[in-house]
Amino acid sequence: MANVCVSLAGISLRNPTVLVAGIMGTNAELLCRVGKCGAGAVTGISCSLEPRSGAVNPCLLELGGALLNCVGLANPGVEAYCIELSKAVGASDVPVFGSVAGSSVEEFGLLAERVAAAGVVAVELNLGAHSCFGRRVWNLEEIGKVVEGVKSRVKKPVFVKLAPSLGLVDNAMVAEAAGADAITAVHSFGPGMVIDVESGTPVLSSRAGGMSGPAIKPLALKCVYDVCSSVEIPVIGTGGVSTGRDALEMIMAGATAVGIGSGVYYRGASVFSRVENEIKSFMNARGFSSLEEIRGLALK
Amino acid sequence: MSGFSESGMLPRTARIRELINESPRVKTFVLDARIIAKPGQYAMVWIPGVDEKPMSISRADPLTFTVANRGPFTERLFGFKIGDNLYFRGPFGNGFVIRAVKNVLLVGGGYGVAPLRFLAETALQKRMVPTVVIGARTASDVVLEEAFKELKVKTFVATDDGTAGIKGSCVDVACSLMDKEKFNAVYSCGPEKMMVALAAECGKRGVKCQLSLERFIKCGIGVCGQCACGGLRVCHDGPVFDSRVLKGVDDFGKRTRDASGVAHDL
Ligand SMILES: Cc1cc2nc3c(=O)[nH]c(=O)nc-3n(C[C@H](O)[C@H](O)[C@H](O)COP(=O)(O)OP(=O)(O)OC[C@H]3O[C@@H](n4cnc5c(N)ncnc54)[C@H](O)[C@@H]3O)c2cc1C
Ligand SMILES: Cc1cc2nc3c(=O)[nH]c(=O)nc-3n(C[C@H](O)[C@H](O)[C@H](O)COP(=O)(O)O)c2cc1C
Repeated sequence: MANVCVSLAGISLRNPTVLVAGIMGTNAELLCRVGKCGAGAVTGISCSLEPRSGAVNPCLLELGGALLNCVGLANPGVEAYCIELSKAVGASDVPVFGSVAGSSVEEFGLLAERVAAAGVVAVELNLGAHSCFGRRVWNLEEIGKVVEGVKSRVKKPVFVKLAPSLGLVDNAMVAEAAGADAITAVHSFGPGMVIDVESGTPVLSSRAGGMSGPAIKPLALKCVYDVCSSVEIPVIGTGGVSTGRDALEMIMAGATAVGIGSGVYYRGASVFSRVENEIKSFMNARGFSSLEEIRGLALK
Repeated sequence: MSGFSESGMLPRTARIRELINESPRVKTFVLDARIIAKPGQYAMVWIPGVDEKPMSISRADPLTFTVANRGPFTERLFGFKIGDNLYFRGPFGNGFVIRAVKNVLLVGGGYGVAPLRFLAETALQKRMVPTVVIGARTASDVVLEEAFKELKVKTFVATDDGTAGIKGSCVDVACSLMDKEKFNAVYSCGPEKMMVALAAECGKRGVKCQLSLERFIKCGIGVCGQCACGGLRVCHDGPVFDSRVLKGVDDFGKRTRDASGVAHDL
């Protein structure tokens, strides 16, 4: 029988699937539900210091194979967030990660410290949000400073989530040098836009939004491949994964774990156990016994 | 054209064909369009540049919404005239499960009767016998009574102050009906506290009951998690739930969340 356990920055996962930040991660019950749906680990939505209502509706569109969203980092603020996450940590069958989105180096440190104290197993730094959400786009130097700042205050593993920008590989290398324990690549693509031709108005309330889902997978896969070629730390390959084959591609590109977000829509919340089973049946059919035998095959 | 533009996920537009003032606060919008949907499903009604909000489908053909004026968006909607265009996406959500049982009781509070009108129409087509209880605070707040009567549905009205129909809550009236007659299923939409009480009464009598919930809806397809009621996504797993599913849900009847996710007591 194929063994699909992985060790991600010292954290044991029963399978490589990870619920990404921003999908179904608003409360403890939903995070636990995703664990019961088979995820190897779950990530809460990204939090900020104060509550944020995000963009008004429409803030998410399905485009036939892709989602376009401008949810805009809606979250109840770090205080309420930590209460939910510590409940999730107590009740979840699987490791719970927190995600933070600061607006300065200092704020990232503060948020990461508080979220770590809520009991999560690892903290992810959301450094990949789009400017269309009114968020800053972080440059190379700032990414290094944010990661260093957080690492000096948090003893738990720190993951760095990056945008699929031209500077992705450089950003990943800077994050690694600053002490990141893993890279989550990638955030949504774009921004993209849909215009309603009857009214001549962009449909998303923020006009533009980040693109995710099956349509971005080849783009995300190449990003993951490039990052895995350049850093030693583990990578959570993210973007468009909804099947076992997608996950295997990410792992063959060198990913240690695989993020799943939009796949929750495309294949239902049971996408996690389905992907796990599809990975296992591939491995059994091909005679692979562990994911180590597959990881990075495409890099050779 | 084909593909995603017709999947309901992008806005369609339709002219307002008819406007009906149901009460000082509630207006019905009849559009020059139809939608393929199940009772209990909702559409996202969009005013470009303003906002987009969930509205129950109160009739599928012609597509009809029955809207209460509660705030900025619905206030804007109330300014629309016959001939103006409305935009909508959908249908979204699961809808009521309608088994071909005989006697069904529909219990609506306030604008919660909107989806029950579509449900009654569908039940009649399936040769079921629906009875409806419309709950309101006072006589002028009773909505859709005429619409149900036109369908020849047995209609009862309950008002808190007794100015129309029976004095009391729609739950009281539902209880006395259930004690007189055998109902195979109860369907309800309205204020959550009312539905908590109704579910308890149905439970005592062993009658199956489905409730349509409201939470702050954003994505409509179950990904953003904003509409969580415990571990349920109201927008996609719901808005209709079997009362037995809601039994173990801590938030049900107690807590809702705003656009940021901050929790508030109901
Ligand atoms: C599945 C579903 C079906 C609904 N069907 C109807 C209907 O048939 N007729 C009707 O009049 N109303 C219906 N509503 C409620 C309607 O969406 C709100 O009344 C409307 O959004 C109010 O917006 P506003 O700007 O006018 O008021 P606001 O002042 O913005 O809000 C008033 C209240 O409406 C609710 N609300 C606001 N935005 C949303 C949102 N995005 N999602 C859910 N609730 C919100 C909140 O509880 C808020 O407290 C439905 C809601 C849901 C969830
Ligand atoms: C509705 C939505 C909300 C998101 N919110 C966040 C967020 O809060 N923080 C974050 O780091 N990424 C967020 N993302 C990005 C996802 O975590 C992920 O990187 C991206 O969607 C690509 O993966 P996918 O194709 O599996 O969805 C969000 C994505 C979507 C669709």
